[in-house]
Amino acid sequence: MVDLGFLLVTFFMLTATMTPDEVVIVDTPSSISETKLPDSNVITISIDGDNRVFYSVDGQNTKMKLIDKIATKYGVNFNEEEKKTFSLLGDFGVPIAQLKSFLDMSSKERTQVNQPGIPVDSATNELGEWVLQTRLSNPKVIIAIKGDVDVNYDTVQKVINTLQDKKVNRFNLITDMEAKPGNF
Amino acid sequence: MAEVQQQADSGKGGKKRAKKMSTKIDMTPMVDLAFLLLTFFMLTTTFAKPQTMEINMPVKPDDIEEQIALKASNAMTIILAADDKIFYYYGLGDPTENPEVIESDYSANGIRKVLLSPTIKSNDKMTVMVKPMEESRYKNVVDILDELKITDTRKFALVEITDNDKQLVETKTGQ
Repeated sequence: MVDLGFLLVTFFMLTATMTPDEVVIVDTPSSISETKLPDSNVITISIDGDNRVFYSVDGQNTKMKLIDKIATKYGVNFNEEEKKTFSLLGDFGVPIAQLKSFLDMSSKERTQVNQPGIPVDSATNELGEWVLQTRLSNPKVIIAIKGDVDVNYDTVQKVINTLQDKKVNRFNLITDMEAKPGNF
Repeated sequence: MAEVQQQADSGKGGKKRAKKMSTKIDMTPMVDLAFLLLTFFMLTTTFAKPQTMEINMPVKPDDIEEQIALKASNAMTIILAADDKIFYYYGLGDPTENPEVIESDYSANGIRKVLLSPTIKSNDKMTVMVKPMEESRYKNVVDILDELKITDTRKFALVEITDNDKQLVETKTGQ
């Protein structure tokens, strides 16, 4: 029994992937779709109930490359510490101008601060830049949109338009499970 | 570390007998720890991966002229309005033609019946255009995409709402 116990401990330790804490609570709508989202190389664009847009991508390497690219693009200098913090970050929803001070915070402060969301307006569309630079950093990424049930379609439309402007025409909508109705 | 140490012969009593020491170690704390870890990892593992729905958007054409116009007889438009309402009409929605706008809902007897009706099922070229209004919820969009999947409607597109359609809905709700 003890042997078995240790076997299970080893198994769970090896399979355990550290799930980064999610800052936004998104209540996804349900659908009958049974496709599963892949484990890695996923960009998740979360849209919460207040129409704020959050961005996250997995893979520390990808994020390291991404922050470098964004830094050059926007002329912001991140030090090693901040880059490291960024590479371990889960969802974030701050404009690039505020990103540096956001990364300087302690992780406790970061959970408490009110994140305004990533700008998706046509005037300052940073989401498109994030997506583009991520795809340059890791060409294998697929894009998933995780929208809240009560989000206005207006915001979703803006996100989709942004993606289409960057020539992304295939993406996934994250949904919950729902039983398929019979008789069809 | 844990090997049994053979004690040197003390020479006492003439009998040559090594002193027996217990080879058993109390493993209870270790096993306790192991099971604690086991419980911890079991509880923190998330099994359920999120479901996704893959959608492909039409590629934005560089040139509008290149697009082939859809025939009015092969078109159906579903408008997702505020407060979980659905309106649909057949044809392209030219205001001069005054298309009949019908209200429906997301229940099994609502839009699903319409999508399964012979008008759509018997026409291979029938294209369903889904036009969500700004006020509609994201859930509505997912629901309608779901309905399209349930009813096995292959040809559909997510299209931006036009002023014409807004007008049609307004006249319908204004009645």
